Amino acid sequence: MAVMAQPRVRRSSGAWGDRIVLGAFTAAAWLVLLAVIALFLVLAHAALPALNVLIPSLTSQTWDPSNGKFGLLSFVYGTVVTSAIGLVLAGPIGIGAALLLAEIAPRKLANPVAMLIELLAAVPSIVFGIWGLFVLAPVMRNYIEPALAHSLGFLPFFQGYFYGVGLLTAGVLLAIMILPTITAITRDIFDAVPRDQREAMLALGSTKWEMLTRAVIPYARSGIVGALVLALGRSLGEAMAVVMVIGNKPTVSLSLFAPGYSLASVLANEFTEANGQQYVAVLIGIGSLLFILSMIINILARLLVRSVRMQRARRV
Amino acid sequence: MPLQLRQAWNTVMLSVAWLCAGVAAALLALIVMHVIQRGAPALNAQFFTQVPTPPGIPGGGVANAIVGSVEIIAMTSLLAVPIGVMAGIYLALLGKGRLANAVRFLSDVLTGVPSIAIGVFAYTIVVVPQKHFSANAAAVALAVIMLPIVVRTTEEAVRLVNPAIREGALALGINAWKAIVLVTLPSARAGIVTGALLGVARVAGESAPLLFTAFGSQYWSINPNGPTSALPLIVFQYANSPYKDWQQLAWGGALTLIALVFILNITARVLFPARVAR
Amino acid sequence: MTDPNGAPEKSLQTEHLSAWYGTHCAVQDVSMRFAPGAITALIGPSGCGKSTLLRCLNRMHEIIPGTRVEGEVRLDGQNLYDPGVDPTAMRQRIGMVFQRPNPFPTMSILENVLAGVKLTNQTRNRAKLAEIAEQSLRKAALWNEVKDILNRSGASLSGGQQQRLCIARALAVEPEVLLLDEPASALDPISTMKIEDLMRELKGNYTFIIVTHNMQQAARVSDYTGFMLAEEGQPGLMIEFDTSSKMFTTPKDKRTEDYITGRFG
Repeated sequence: MAVMAQPRVRRSSGAWGDRIVLGAFTAAAWLVLLAVIALFLVLAHAALPALNVLIPSLTSQTWDPSNGKFGLLSFVYGTVVTSAIGLVLAGPIGIGAALLLAEIAPRKLANPVAMLIELLAAVPSIVFGIWGLFVLAPVMRNYIEPALAHSLGFLPFFQGYFYGVGLLTAGVLLAIMILPTITAITRDIFDAVPRDQREAMLALGSTKWEMLTRAVIPYARSGIVGALVLALGRSLGEAMAVVMVIGNKPTVSLSLFAPGYSLASVLANEFTEANGQQYVAVLIGIGSLLFILSMIINILARLLVRSVRMQRARRV
Repeated sequence: MPLQLRQAWNTVMLSVAWLCAGVAAALLALIVMHVIQRGAPALNAQFFTQVPTPPGIPGGGVANAIVGSVEIIAMTSLLAVPIGVMAGIYLALLGKGRLANAVRFLSDVLTGVPSIAIGVFAYTIVVVPQKHFSANAAAVALAVIMLPIVVRTTEEAVRLVNPAIREGALALGINAWKAIVLVTLPSARAGIVTGALLGVARVAGESAPLLFTAFGSQYWSINPNGPTSALPLIVFQYANSPYKDWQQLAWGGALTLIALVFILNITARVLFPARVAR
Repeated sequence: MTDPNGAPEKSLQTEHLSAWYGTHCAVQDVSMRFAPGAITALIGPSGCGKSTLLRCLNRMHEIIPGTRVEGEVRLDGQNLYDPGVDPTAMRQRIGMVFQRPNPFPTMSILENVLAGVKLTNQTRNRAKLAEIAEQSLRKAALWNEVKDILNRSGASLSGGQQQRLCIARALAVEPEVLLLDEPASALDPISTMKIEDLMRELKGNYTFIIVTHNMQQAARVSDYTGFMLAEEGQPGLMIEFDTSSKMFTTPKDKRTEDYITGRFG
């Protein structure tokens, strides 16, 4: 569909109707702007009292709020590990699926399949959560984790007791949740690669796969990184699904089978029961941290994705 | 590499790509299937009409959560849709400068903010001053989440309307605001409704922001000024409970949510096939 | 239509070649022979099918979904559209340069030149590869300009240099035939001249087939010329094919004469 260039609407002379209505539209735009700024300011301000507690606590593992101990290390660790597992699993599969949809499958098949995958993105996190708790976790405990312990047990990551809930399960669930994001954005990126790049490689005598790996993917690489960064942002802030399957234990453990905790899950789990000013302030501080992190990651991701289109415009 | 080997590798890798897409599509089918399997048995008349009974006592339902969800979503839409549509019109027709760029940029960034952080925001500005949980606070949180979707979809919908029809109206002497509201908007109707539908689909399933705003309740909770139950909340609360019949209710709730979200999404796609900006 | 003369070996020819985009026939029943070691130009107004014909020669037409080709294209006697023929291998024997220069922006100049070579060449010997690259860049009259900046991105050159880079890239795989689809239409006159010069230098060892909008260019540089025309709603046909000297002074067909004298196109 062609998006039309819309000429700027000018106010008809003197009409008060114009002043009110067009003014209202402008006011609405300002309201949106202010809402985001307010979001930022409120969260930052509310976190201030906890700042002098938060920063040193990043390296401490002890989370004992009733005794004033707010060690955040286990949350940071859990967030990082589960997100990493999510990216490692969902990245290649998402890129492979995007390649298929954009480059390999015929349009008539690609569009309905793409829609199916996008519907996966619309599933609410809590539904992923309940599915993770009652379907995924038992499968992990009964089949996948024993198999991993059996074959890769020499690695410290796959040692130890398996409960089904833990870092690995949370990572797998996150992977499923971010997969559609990676696929959809990467597919758009591939569509933005100019046709003559593909033709140039094919005309040199390459197979289709060689064309994809030597011409299309390198051209699209910053956009692909952008998609992965965006997916990372989503997984960092994911609370409800993770809180159901991560085990909610503030420990740092090398074994991926062990239960853990993440920044978003501790917020979901403990906020309403937090007693004491400082406890609540620390949790709000964690909320602010998540907000700031997600903003930075989002901005970075969009710049990366945009750069692929810029690259295309810069050519002769 | 000899040609045969290259071609063989080509076939292998292309098959791997097919596999990846198959896995992604299959995951959706799998999850939906499980939710239907476990949730369908819970969906009886009582599910939709009764409040929850203590564990072990049969006949409970989640009617209060459904009512609560409807109430919260209605309030959210009341907040987010008018502001979002007007801001979207501004972006499409009125704004060419820094305000427009800032709003667009921040709107996009806002979609990536964790919903739990937005819940904390609403807690801080509504719950804390009022000293109690409320549906109002939940509506504030969800409106912030819904806003960017409505804004961007409205902007796209209005942009797709042929400017010539509005210019024709202006040439006839019609005021600018009438030209927009009476000529352009009706043509953009489908897209704008789609934006609202997609926004509702997004917030209907959100549970994290509700945790510290609506908080949930065991009883009928129609007063917007007090703690309110909601469907996503009871899925969370009951799934985590140790009682089988409550867990069954949770599955029923999950099925209801997924059905609602899918219907809204598919309706939106049928109404407005142009792809929504991510 | 057939051409005057030429030895049967090492030649490229088409036999009753037709090409479709969906149901629209863009090229109909073209039979011609491209003299080896010579430069053949394909001219005609926009939409006459000359680029489509060109793209059939190295089986690039079929890459677009919904397209169809009938007839034969024979290289050294072998039909390239035979079911047993692998297009990827055959595209290294018939190379192509496109209308807008398309170097790979994420590769350096050196890597660009070697891009086709690296598909089939097993050697890791950096010296050998560097030598191949230098040879190709010299043939494309680009070596002196880039020999000190081989590691810079392929996209950092000017338009004319980029196109010569693409020519070097195509030559590096040692094709028998080089197809050029309006290679200079996006370039300034000096770059155009450089490309025409290098074609003249190289032609003994390669067969060049160039599609061009520019009749003066065709007259300047080619040994043979084919004129194509598609009347309204009709498929593209090869109207006349002759040595360039004869075509541009005494064309046989009135339509050719009209086009050459500028009455349309």
